Amino acid sequence: MAQSSKMLQVKQDATEAFLADRAVPTGAAWANDARADALGRLREMGLPHGRDEYWKFTKPDSLVHADAPKAAVFQYDEAPLWADVESLKIVFVDGVFDADASDDFALEGLEIERLADVAGKDIHWVKDLYGVLETRGQDAVQRPLAAVNTALATDGVFIHVTGKVSKPVNLVYLHKSDTSDAILHHCIKLDEGAEMTLLETGPAAARFNKLLEVDVADTAKFNHVRVQGRDHERRAVTGCFARLGSESAFKSFTLTMNGVLTRNECVIELTGDDAIAHVAGACVGDGKDFHHDDTVFITHDAVNCESRQVFKKVLRNGATGVFQGKILVKKDAQKTDGYQISQSLLLDDDSQFLAKPELEIYADDVICSHGSTTGAIDEDAMFYLRSRGVPEAEATDLLVLAFLAEALEEIEDETLAEGILERLEGWLARRAS
Amino acid sequence: MLWEHNKMLEIKDLHVKLEEEDKQILKGVNLTVEPGKVHAIMGPNGSGKSTLSYVLSGKGGYEVTGGSASLDGDELLDMEAEERAAAGLFLAFQYPVEIPGVGNMTFLRTAVNAQRKARGEEEMSAGEFLKVIRAKAKTLKIDADMLKRPVNVGFSGGEKKRNEILQMAMLEPKMCILDETDSGLDVDAMKLVSEGVNALRDEGRGFLVITHYQRLLDHIKPDVVHIMADGRIVKTGGPELALEVENNGYADILAEVA
Repeated sequence: MAQSSKMLQVKQDATEAFLADRAVPTGAAWANDARADALGRLREMGLPHGRDEYWKFTKPDSLVHADAPKAAVFQYDEAPLWADVESLKIVFVDGVFDADASDDFALEGLEIERLADVAGKDIHWVKDLYGVLETRGQDAVQRPLAAVNTALATDGVFIHVTGKVSKPVNLVYLHKSDTSDAILHHCIKLDEGAEMTLLETGPAAARFNKLLEVDVADTAKFNHVRVQGRDHERRAVTGCFARLGSESAFKSFTLTMNGVLTRNECVIELTGDDAIAHVAGACVGDGKDFHHDDTVFITHDAVNCESRQVFKKVLRNGATGVFQGKILVKKDAQKTDGYQISQSLLLDDDSQFLAKPELEIYADDVICSHGSTTGAIDEDAMFYLRSRGVPEAEATDLLVLAFLAEALEEIEDETLAEGILERLEGWLARRAS
Repeated sequence: MLWEHNKMLEIKDLHVKLEEEDKQILKGVNLTVEPGKVHAIMGPNGSGKSTLSYVLSGKGGYEVTGGSASLDGDELLDMEAEERAAAGLFLAFQYPVEIPGVGNMTFLRTAVNAQRKARGEEEMSAGEFLKVIRAKAKTLKIDADMLKRPVNVGFSGGEKKRNEILQMAMLEPKMCILDETDSGLDVDAMKLVSEGVNALRDEGRGFLVITHYQRLLDHIKPDVVHIMADGRIVKTGGPELALEVENNGYADILAEVA
């Protein structure tokens, strides 16, 4: 959509203000090029503005402001998540790698390196991935904050997965400074037949810009389970850009609890036949300053692929949920099976859900369905439960978990799913206090 | 004697209107069910039978404009729905509600333990619960799969009604109201459901069976039969009254009391 030159100027001015006190990191030629390209993209489109169509439901002001708004560090009062899950932990504190708290990067089936170390090497596989999928993701829709990330990120991990990995890699994001403004950029390349699970947990920073580029080769499998932190005042904008080869599988689930602003973008290209992409999210939000946005764009560009988007939000006390999800089926992507559901459960009249489901289909032999609903607790179900002796509060909890069940079913690993369920039960229990 | 007043359910001059509309549904219902007895209510469509069952169990949308109802001596109408259940009232729904995402077993265990908690009793352990429910489910021909599936989702009409009786068996209420439990049942299913109900009959438990047809009452034999019309009980008699309805319809009775 054409925008006025005046509007573009406003955005470009904001971009220069944002960049004024920031240094673009330097390193090997490929890294310098990737960063310079990203900076060029960013300067051309400008930072997002509240009047951009793609930011209509989520005000980007606090994300594009030169300084991160303060976010108090939250004192956790519950047991660590997935304490009994064996994993390779990589810890970042306010976006800074913490070597002491992290495990050794040694695990059979993969190689892990840090962006901070690799950016100085002249030859590296990541040069074909870093910023590459992000750039492809800019085709249909401008994603300036992803370009910011590619241009300015100084750390993150590059993971090359060559085989079937025995335990998950767990990226732990701790938040300890109330003014931290963190940028992390991760790249993951899965070779043919490789399999890995990536976990991400924690609030990360007062303001967090995170990008994940995932290249899934033929028959490879990528599993992703993420829990974004409870810190009430934190802000996060995250992007996941993935490209899928033939017969490969990509599955991603995100739980979001609190945080004043979260925008999770997921951009997936199915480029090989018979590939599968599932993206799911469960979000529980409380309070009028809570704002959560899932923005998904799935492109079918191969035959007989399946995609699923399952997003559920439970909102109370004036919280806002946003869903923008698109399925694009290109002309030759016959036998596509696309499914998209976005639903919200509003626990009071003050909360709101804004949804923009989109289908754009050019192939003629496809099955695509999408649905979006918003509603309150089902009164008949509520009376049925109460008539059996279940008190109203407990019945509400049961119905909330039932509502979220379809999204949680997208988590393949039972232990990981149980951890998520416990977190949700904790959230429900806190309502009483 | 456990029941001093010999009145398990006592309804006195109950008047009820719809909350949203100016429409009076119950216009002075008087009815007493003694412990150990089965009372049946029959009546034409729109006479207020289902409303009576809903009002007694605490469903919203109704306004009590007069009269009272008590359960084993405790005033019912002041209690929340869940308190009535914990006090021992059970309604078998005419249309059992489907609850996607909530497993049948989870639902029942939550209900049993919520009632126990409300009464200050010890909660049932997972193991004990499993043992009890398996035995009770077996007699109602409810298989393990039905216990695992979400509450009533994808259940046939007969399965839904059997599931209601299973809930009744697990919750062991003092007073059971069955709202058209025979609707949507074939002959075999009706027999199975009736056997389930009859197994629960004992000297301490009262039953109020709402039905259109004599058929159900062949299986669940009532002690007393009431005819309800236009929001009132218009005639009360023995089991023979149900036969009279079956043979002659309601017209004669309604003409007689008019």
